[in-house]
Formats: sequence, C-alpha cells, structure tokens
Amino acid sequence: MVETILTNPILLALAALVGMAVVFGALLGFAAVRFEVEGNPLSDQINSILPQTQCGQCGYPGCRPYAEAIAEGDSINKCPPGGEDTIQALANLLDVEPEPLNAEHGVEAEPTVAFIREDECIGCTKCIQACPVDAILGAAKQMHTVIIDECTGCDLCVEPCPVDCIDMIPRKEGIQHWYWPLPDDSSRDNLIATDRGSDKTSESGPKQAAA
Amino acid sequence: MRQIFDIHGGIHPPERKELANPGQVQEMPLPSKLVLPVTQHIGAPARPIVEVGDSVKGGQMIAEAQGPVSVPVHAPSSGTITAIESRAVPHASGLTDTCIEITLDGTDTWVDLKGLDDWRTRPKAELVECIRQAGIAGLGGAGFPTAIKLASDRERGIHTLIINGTECEPYISADDTVMQCYAREIVEGAEILAHMVGAENIILAVEDNKPDAVEAMTKAAEALEIADVVTFPTKYPSGGEKQLIEILFDMQVPSGGIPADIGILCQNPSTAIAVRDALLDGKPLTDRITTVTGMALQKPGNRRVLLGTPIRELLAEAAFDRDAADRVIHGGPMMGFAVTDLDMPLVKITNCVLAPTRTEIPPPQPQQACIRCGMCAEACPASLLPQQLYWYARAKDNEQLERHNLLDCIECGACAYVCPSHIPLVQYYRSAKGAIREAAKEKVRSDNSRTRFEARQERLEREAAAREAKRAARKAAAEARAKSGDDPVQAAIERAKAKKAAQEPKGTEDNAQ
Amino acid sequence: MSLMHVSSPHLHKPVTSVEQVMKQVLLATLPGVAVLTWFFGPGTLVNIIFGSMLAMGFEAWALWLRGKDYKSPLKDHSVIVTATLLCIALPPYSPWWLIVVGIGVSVLLGKHAFGGLGYNPFNPAMVGYVVLLVSFPLQMSAWTEPRGVGEVPGLLDAITALFAPASYDGVTAATPLDLFRQNAGMLFDDLMVSKAELAGPIAGIGWDLVNIAFLAGGIWLLRQRIFTWHAPAGMLGALSVCALLGFDEGSSTGGGSVMFHLFSGATMFGAFFIITDPVSSAVSNRGRLIFGAGVGVLVYLIRVNGNYPDAVAFGVLLLNFAAPFIDQYTQPQVYGTKKIEVDE
Repeated sequence: MVETILTNPILLALAALVGMAVVFGALLGFAAVRFEVEGNPLSDQINSILPQTQCGQCGYPGCRPYAEAIAEGDSINKCPPGGEDTIQALANLLDVEPEPLNAEHGVEAEPTVAFIREDECIGCTKCIQACPVDAILGAAKQMHTVIIDECTGCDLCVEPCPVDCIDMIPRKEGIQHWYWPLPDDSSRDNLIATDRGSDKTSESGPKQAAA
Repeated sequence: MRQIFDIHGGIHPPERKELANPGQVQEMPLPSKLVLPVTQHIGAPARPIVEVGDSVKGGQMIAEAQGPVSVPVHAPSSGTITAIESRAVPHASGLTDTCIEITLDGTDTWVDLKGLDDWRTRPKAELVECIRQAGIAGLGGAGFPTAIKLASDRERGIHTLIINGTECEPYISADDTVMQCYAREIVEGAEILAHMVGAENIILAVEDNKPDAVEAMTKAAEALEIADVVTFPTKYPSGGEKQLIEILFDMQVPSGGIPADIGILCQNPSTAIAVRDALLDGKPLTDRITTVTGMALQKPGNRRVLLGTPIRELLAEAAFDRDAADRVIHGGPMMGFAVTDLDMPLVKITNCVLAPTRTEIPPPQPQQACIRCGMCAEACPASLLPQQLYWYARAKDNEQLERHNLLDCIECGACAYVCPSHIPLVQYYRSAKGAIREAAKEKVRSDNSRTRFEARQERLEREAAAREAKRAARKAAAEARAKSGDDPVQAAIERAKAKKAAQEPKGTEDNAQ
Repeated sequence: MSLMHVSSPHLHKPVTSVEQVMKQVLLATLPGVAVLTWFFGPGTLVNIIFGSMLAMGFEAWALWLRGKDYKSPLKDHSVIVTATLLCIALPPYSPWWLIVVGIGVSVLLGKHAFGGLGYNPFNPAMVGYVVLLVSFPLQMSAWTEPRGVGEVPGLLDAITALFAPASYDGVTAATPLDLFRQNAGMLFDDLMVSKAELAGPIAGIGWDLVNIAFLAGGIWLLRQRIFTWHAPAGMLGALSVCALLGFDEGSSTGGGSVMFHLFSGATMFGAFFIITDPVSSAVSNRGRLIFGAGVGVLVYLIRVNGNYPDAVAFGVLLLNFAAPFIDQYTQPQVYGTKKIEVDE
C-alpha cells in the first residue's frame, strides 16, 4: 500500500496533508490542556470595563452576569451607562466590531446621582434595600440620605419609594469637569457614503452648563 | 560667557511687544468694585471667611486656604462685601465659580503690615507659612501655590534657582517692565528664595529681545555674588520651564516629573517680588503688573492693577473699541484663552489682556484635511509627533495617545501655528487630555462601586446563610427530640397527671400551682 | 455680536496653506518639464495640460458623488500636482485614452476611494502609473529619441499623438535604462559608447540633464522647507551605496556606475517629487530616512535584477505598504523620556 501512495502524486499529497493535520491537531490539543488557565479571566476583564452601575438596563441582574454573558458571546452594545466608550473598549478587548448602542436597552445619558428630598422622606427603608451598592444612609423611621460619592446613578431606588421623593440629578456639571470638545470638522464627518444620514457628529465631551 | 543650548523645534512669531511700551508702569484709578474668585490658583478653592455686609480693609484675608494645596485670598482695597456668589471667572470654559465681590469705598485703608527683618535667622517652615498666608501663587500664568514649591524637602535638594524672565510669548511685556523697573526687588526676592531652598546659584534668565531688562538686571545682580544674568536667542516657547532648563543646562526634566527632581527651581520675576514684599514688608498679594495691549485699544500699556478688577473696566481705561475686536484674550496669543464675558475679573495669573482688531489677528481659517507634511513635528519643542496625536485624538484611542506621550504636551501651540491645513491641533489635545482624565476618574469610581457591590452581595449571602443555619439548627433539634421519643408535650401532660395523682390522697387543701 | 470663543493658539503663521505648498511643488517641476520639452518635444507639456484638466474633472465628480462640496477643495491644487507628476512619468506622445485611464485610476482609486486628500496610503500618481505599466506595456515603453539623436516632434505632432493616435507616426526609441537592461552582456564602458542615446555626459543624452533639472527643483523645495532632507538623502544615499557595491569595475554582469544610476531614469524626479509626498510616506524624520533608503535599495535591485527598466514606482508603492510599520519603530525620543544616569 505504501508503494501505491508514494507513486501516486494525488494520494501522496493527500497523505501528507492528513499527516500534518494529525500532527498539528495533536500539538494544539496538548497545548490546550497543558496551558489551560483556571476559571474564566475574560469575564473578569470584561467586568472591569463595565461601569458597575448595577442598573439592570442590559437585561441582566447586574454587571457581572452581563460580563459573563458577553464572554459567552452576547453582543456588547447593551450598556447605556457605559455608552460609546465602553462599547469601544469592549470591542478592543474582544477584537470585534463596535456597534452603536442598542436603543432597546436605553440611551446614553449624562451621569446622574440620586437625591432624596428630605422633607418628604418617611423612613421606610425600601430604597435602602433596593440600592445595589449600599449608597443610602439611614434606618427604619430615621432620615434617609444618598452618599453622592458612592451612588452609581442606577436609579433602582426611585421606583420602590412610596412617596416618590427621589430625584436623579446630573453629576458632572461645573467648572471642574469641563474640558474642550473636539473641534467641528466637516471634512471629517461623512467620510464614506454610509455615514450619510447617520447622526455621526464630531461633538463630544460632557454637556456644559451655560455660562 | 556661559554656554547655552537649544531646544528642538520652536517658532518665531512676530513679537509686537513695543505696542504696550514696556518699561513704564502706568497706575490705574481705583475701580468701583472688585470681584475676587476663591480659586485663582491650582488646588483646592479658598474658603470665604467674611460675610455679605462685612467691612474689610486692604490686605485683610477674606478667604482662607483649604488644605495643603491651596492659597488664601486678600482684599486688595478697603470696602464692603456686597456678594458671595457664583460669577463668571477667567477660565477657558467661561463657566462660573464662587466669587467675593467688594464694593470699594475709595479710601484705600489698609491693615497694619509687619515684615520680618530677621528673615535670615527664622526657620524655613516659618518663612514658608508666611508666604502661604500672603496668598502667593505662581504669577507667570500657571498659578501653582508658591509655598508648596518652596517647602518640598527633596533628597537631592535644589542647587539652582532660575528667575524666569524669558517672556517668550508675543505681545506680553509685563515681566520686561517689572525687570526694568524693579530689578533690585527681584534680586532681593531671588536671594530670599535661594536662601529658603538652599540653592547655591541664581540664574536670571532673559531673552535677547529685552536689552533694557538685561541691563537693569545685570546692574542689580552685581550686588549678589551667586546671581548671574544669562541671555539667549529669542524663540517661542523658550520660556516654558522645561524648555528653559534645556537651554541653560542641556538637561531634560524627566517625563511626569518636575524641575525639582533634577535640583532646579523656577520662579517668575513678579513672584519673586511678591515673596520679597510678603517677607520684608508683610504685604500680601493684592495687585500685579499686567500688559493691556492690542490695536483695538487706544491706550495700551503695562498697568499695575488690583486683583479682581473686571476686565471690562481695564479695557475701558485703555479706551477699548469694542466694534473693532472679534475676541479678547486673557493671557498671550499663543496660550491664552478667549474671554466671552467681559465682567470676568483679573486674577493672580493674568499676565496680559489682549484685544486685537480683526485685521491684527484674523478669524481662524476653516480646517482642511491633514496632508501629513510633518511641519508640526518640526516645530514641537517636546519632540512629540503632533500628527499622530491628532489622528489618535480623533479616533479617541486613549491607549495610543498615552503611548505617544500626549501627557508631555505643554500645549504651547507651535504645531497649530505652522499647520498649513489650519487644524486647531491644541484643541484636539486638550479634548483628549480631558477625556483621559475623566475616564481615569470614572475608572476609580467604578472600581469602588464594584468593590462595594461585591461586599454587599457577600453580606446578603452571609445573612441568608446565617438565617438558613439557624433554621436548620432548629429543625434538627426538633427532629432529634422527636426521634428520641422525647415529646415535650407528652412529657408535660404526664407531669400534670403525676402531680394530680400525687395530690388526690392528700385531700383538697392545695390545687396544683 | 458676541466675542469669539476659540481655542488657543490665536496666532497663525501667515501665508501658509495647502494651496501654497502645492503651488510651490508645481513651480519646482518647471525646470524639469522645460528640459524634457527641449529634448523630447512638447508632448509632456501637452499631456500635463490635458491631464490636469481631466484630473480636476474627476476630482469634482468624485467629491460630488461623496456628497461633499466640490468647488472649494479644487482650490487646494493637490489634484493638479498628482496629474502633473503622473504626466511627467508617462511617455510624451501617449494617446488620450492612456492618460484618461491613468488619471482616472490615480484620482478615483488612488485618492478618493481612500477618503480624499490626506487619506491615501499609496502615492496616487504611482498607483496610476503602475496600473498603466502593467496593463499597457507597449504604450508605456514608447519613449522617443532625444534631440541630438533624432528629430524632435513639434506641437502639432504632440496634439495629433494625443487625440488621434492612430494617425500619429512617431519614432520610438529606448531609454538609457532600457539599453542597460538589454545589453547586459557588454562591458559597461563599451556600452556607454555603443549607442547614440548613451552618449550624454553622464548617463544618456537628455536624461541626465532632465535629472539635473529635477534635482535643481528639489533643492529649491528643500530651501523653501516644503519637506526635509531625510527622504531624498536616504534614497540617493542608498542607491549610491548599492551602485557602489554592485559596480565591479564595469564588467558585463555588474550593475551600472553610481553616476549612471543617479542621473538616469526617474531617480531625481522620484527622490524629490515622488517619495516626498507627505501623505503616503513615514511620519518622523528618521522614518523618512529609512523610507527613502528602502526605495533606493529597491530601485537598484529591480533595475539590475528585476523585470522592469525603471523601478521607482514599484519601490515607492512597496515602501508605502511598509510606512505604518516604519512609523511604529521610529518614534522620536520625546522630551524627558531618555533614561538619565544619576551621577553624584
């Protein structure tokens, strides 16, 4: 049989390719076992990119479940608090194409924090139980207040409040947060035909309060 | 003749300094009111210590420093506090910040000032505190609290103090004027500063386009042995402290570091005078020499202005023709920012107010595509690649921006000056730097939120587990009792029966208790 | 009217713009074009005029297709430079359709398909040239005899050749580089005296003076600071070194002499007008030096060992591929990033 293979060029080529496939397959299999990394560090890396708002707008109960879903293959454009920057960072990490934010899950908005109108608060602790990062200070029948530095703006506290005394106010206004926006540049917008009609603009940077 | 070196790149814009008659200080009449922002420096805002309605005297502290990186604010003249509220402040954004408004009474009554005659024998900490309490920040334009710069105790120490009289930006002649008129005071201030930081040498650096200043400084420096006047060819931006150090010593300040890392301290001549006034006369920082210039002014010049003077009054005194000007610039034409609200006050870092006519500084031309000519890289004093920074800033690729050393950009504007496509490069870099800064802050915040969230999850699980454990224990106890036939209810019934049985033969005297 | 709110710097270098740069480049080609016209007749000039008008038309059309303003970008003259450079590279009495295809490919494919001015990764003129060279080898080798060897066609001939190629009856001749390639078996010194076309002072009649004229234009552009010396120096230096190494006293199998290579074909034109196109070359000065050197080496190799008589176009396109890679590894030392030795 070896004789026939060696003399027939087609069979020889076939045998060579099959042989190489077996050898390299074995090498890869060995490497997959020998160099395997424990756990799933990819979902940790993804979780460290997500904004940790724990708001649930992506459809998952928190950022870690969404991170694990992305590691399994879910799309990366479901996080409104993260916005375009998070989508871009995830796209870079996973080496996939960035997509625009999926409007079904919300729109990118200014970062906010919760604010309790203390005159109306009845001390029921429903908001305290709802807050995923324990950012609300208070106890039963005592005044409740939001610690601004810990609040992620997820607004999960707004619904449970029976007297509707919680407002979401913008976090990033004022002279400390201002920075120059990118210049307007019409030579840059609509570079290719498919840009036409989309709302790609060159404006970026936080909204600035009027002087 | 001391050897001097050269920086990479640099440009030669038209100087236009004679417009403001350098060498003459013009005094200004007292304005009707002053508006003093609580942040005229880099660092935490000062906290007002007066209230609306209070009377204040000149030199009185009206806002105290908060924390180590902060500087107090003093009333430049006597009057009444009429408001403490948000007003337009000199900032590129045009946004508002807390300001203290003083309506002046015109008498210019001052508090008693006391200087330190024996400053040479006082401990350094006391001198530093005196400078801090005098409200001195870097008057060259950056506004870094001077006390902090002087207080640092570095291992290698400071060996050279540089008084930076370069003033390389076009139009500005405030330092030139100060050097011509107050050379002796500058040298006195330099001596104090050198004593405080232990410097062995003082260099008084002046560009060669200021021969009168060179002469004045040379004469004043004869008295002080360790002081030398060094001149070098005019080029923008030689006056940036990193570039100046390269010119004088052919050494580079390490990226991300400060000149003190290589044993050098730079100060502006006006800051040196302020230090001298604070220590020798006890006078806090309440005024400065500012260049008011531009062809939209009939009477340009270098004026001594009180801090807090609204820019509108300053321009009016210089006979400003509002219709001739498209923009008013706070600072110089290369690094200053455009002012939109003329009620903005003049602050510690205002070294120039520029009001050009439309023909003098024409409106910016529309931006064209980058042709990658590389003239920007030729001009950059930091040897960066402005072209690549531009592309990455557009792509918002923060990683590549940091790899290409965006944070080493001093925003001097030489690249945008030479760009044939008229691209506003510096705006791209400022925007990118702001985005990087904010992203870093957000990362810290989200890391904190994640830790807190995980801690909360853990706590909830712990509580749930504890409840579960308690319930399980109760259940196990109940089952154990049931198994061993130990029925507590049955046992109680038996006990009651036994008691009853024990009591019956005795009669009816006592009922079971 | 409110006060303007723009970012610093507020000053700008006067009289500098893309248009300014392009105009100066066009001016610098004049000596070379003049010498070409003297030695080979008005063919090149006619081509340039025809090609420039075509190029403007193509560019306006491309901009219109992309939905952008198609009037003001034409003012920056960049497409005229592309057309001029391509037409200088083409044989002088080419038919109109050759020029149409060449300019069309250059402007539409080489420039606008990538995003227009400033976005092309390849030199547009060279893209057009290479497409023509590979597709129409016969027409692309139809060079003529220089003055002194044969008769130089006149203006009427030029126009006929352009618009009615079928009725144009020109005489084609080989260039010095063609002859060098075809007669590899001869000793170099013998070769130089064998043919009339090679009898010029340095590297062939007409061609050496053309190269000198482009060299003069290039040096003027250097003095005007339109580009830096690094790319041309890299190319000419590398080419000279290769020629020096390969020149074994003029044997029959060696390369040409250094002077021959430097002053024949498109060497000077390529060194000062093609590789200095800023959009498609490297970004830093060191990178440009390496870029130029790469082109020089490739030009020598392809001329001596490759299939084509002149190789500047291929060399440039191959290095355009490599430019981003060169950029990655030739970033200048940023202020403050050099490791300092601490000496006490």
